[in-house]
Amino acid sequence: MLYTQSAFEITLVLVVVAAACALPGVFLVLRRMALVSDAIGHVLLFGIVLAYFATRDADSPWLLVGAAAAGMLTVVLVELLQRTQLVKADAAVGLAFPALFAAGVLLASVYLRNTHLDIDAVLLGQPELATEPRWWIDGVPVKPLWVMAAVLTLNAALLLLFYKELKLTTFDPGLAAALGFRPGLVHYGLMVTVSVTAVAAFDAVGPVLVVGFFVVPAAAALLLTERLAVVLGVAVLVGAAGAAAGTHLAIRFDTNIAGMVATVLGLIFAGVFVASPGRGLLAQAARRWRQARAFHETMLAVHLFQHENTPAEPDEARTDGLYRHLRWPAGQIAAVVCRAERHGLVRRDGDWLRLTDAGRARARTILVERGA
Amino acid sequence: MTTDTLRSLLDSSALWTVTAGAAGLGLVAGAVGSFAVLRRQSLQGDVISHAALPGLAVAFLLGAREPVFLILGGAVTGWAAMVLVGAVSRRSRVPVDAALGTALSVFFGLGLVLLTYAQRHVPDASRHPLERYLFGQAALLREEDLRVIGYLGAAALALLAAFWKEFKLLSFDADFAASIGRPVRLLDLLLTTLTVTAVVIGLKAVGVVLMTALLIAPAAAARQWTNRLGVMVVLAGLFGAAAGAGGTVFSHLAGGGVPTGPTVVLSATALVVLSLLFGTARGVAWVAIRTRLSPAGGRAPATR
Repeated sequence: MLYTQSAFEITLVLVVVAAACALPGVFLVLRRMALVSDAIGHVLLFGIVLAYFATRDADSPWLLVGAAAAGMLTVVLVELLQRTQLVKADAAVGLAFPALFAAGVLLASVYLRNTHLDIDAVLLGQPELATEPRWWIDGVPVKPLWVMAAVLTLNAALLLLFYKELKLTTFDPGLAAALGFRPGLVHYGLMVTVSVTAVAAFDAVGPVLVVGFFVVPAAAALLLTERLAVVLGVAVLVGAAGAAAGTHLAIRFDTNIAGMVATVLGLIFAGVFVASPGRGLLAQAARRWRQARAFHETMLAVHLFQHENTPAEPDEARTDGLYRHLRWPAGQIAAVVCRAERHGLVRRDGDWLRLTDAGRARARTILVERGA
Repeated sequence: MTTDTLRSLLDSSALWTVTAGAAGLGLVAGAVGSFAVLRRQSLQGDVISHAALPGLAVAFLLGAREPVFLILGGAVTGWAAMVLVGAVSRRSRVPVDAALGTALSVFFGLGLVLLTYAQRHVPDASRHPLERYLFGQAALLREEDLRVIGYLGAAALALLAAFWKEFKLLSFDADFAASIGRPVRLLDLLLTTLTVTAVVIGLKAVGVVLMTALLIAPAAAARQWTNRLGVMVVLAGLFGAAAGAGGTVFSHLAGGGVPTGPTVVLSATALVVLSLLFGTARGVAWVAIRTRLSPAGGRAPATR
């Protein structure tokens, strides 16, 4: 039903949304503020509804302003709650946003049943509708794609302008403050950016999934690289790829688009978590495996070294006697001897094993290190 | 409202059933949530409840229509999400809050995908309004739902009582608990399981999106009245029950289409605001009065 022209446009909207969210998302994740985006996403509805009561016009751009203001209100409210020291940081977040979200849902479901603000559409996100112009400026329709593109451009421009400030206040707020960089100002600047981006993404994504668009690409990128500039680039790529693939799959199976994008982003994250070179689960397992193998070879070398040129050598160094001394299973001993031979640590001499110079050196390194 | 409509409300036995159910699940959520709040894992419930959605939808797609099986499906995915969050934060450098946000959005997204698919492609889906699980509709609670809430809630509370000492130790000094040989990881998993139980029994009445508040708000409110864990847990249970029952009645008064989740959450939030102001242990107003009365006064010494 949604193929061709409009499918292409929906894909484009979501790709731009994902890219625009990924940029501030990296800093949210690095600053341990991932769930603030969850809170902001939830309270936008409250702001929209209040702004609607004020303007009585579901197409007014003031609704966007109201939504962004609600996002900032939440940030301030959470900080005030924390400052009373009566509730912890996590509970402050968990108290503030459900309350405002509940108020928004309640007001919307009581008073806005028959308006443009279709409650289900607002709550779950309707990218299908995100190609329709929702806002008019002087009678000229503004397509959501243009709004999103403007927000993406704005985020990229802010990032380039304040890259140094963002980087420093994120990784060393103390030093940043000492150098006169005003971490507080950067913090609120970032929060405003997140609010505005969430507002723009709201139509397409809905309040609940916004957090995924901010956090998942950034988390996946952090598993792949550690240079901040590269992390930002990878996050944008992951977000855009997830958006494109997710939209395609959702249209193919005729289901919820934003949900499918979140699912695909999750699959990308899972793939990176398992297979990231050097850091993924597979790389960790491989490293442990290699270490275990090297450890066994070293132990063999140490055993032979300790008894080298002692009266016990004929007994201790016999290949078929090793299992008594090292207490490893016979099969494993055969494998370890084989590898040690291949790596040039030992050589066979009749029934005996003898250390090579390399093997002696290996044994000595570990014994010297441990002060023997 | 006239007294007549009020009387007819009180006479309606359906309302009493539904209110009792909501109070029951509020009781369990408040008591179990106390530990989550004390351990600074308040947002665990947020993730669990969102992550229950795909499980519900899978159970529905597999043909389950009874509340027990739908709830079981939700419990499985909610629990799986927490296990995955634990694995990701232990085995990678993704911070725990980002892991929580990732799990929340990915599982909820998958849930929406399956839910929308079911709505569009399962013939009898329109007779089973699964989307009610998003924001909750206490009016949909049937007697079998109440039985599920009763049995599972009682089991959760019994386990809480049975492992009281261990959970207390885990909440206040997990390192000490580990050093004297308590199986900390296992206890942590058990407590997570209790949270999952408290969340899933509330899904139908309160909904996946707002269930988290029913775990946090009663506990945060109770904390302001006391410095003793036992008192706090009992108080949180009572606050939760009051919020559940109050929210159900408000939603009923407001008319058919109003979801129960928001009214329950707003009731609980009202309790929090009152407690932050007037809580006898730490409330802002109470502390101010005490400071005024006694020169040495001020905030009562916290046990923690």
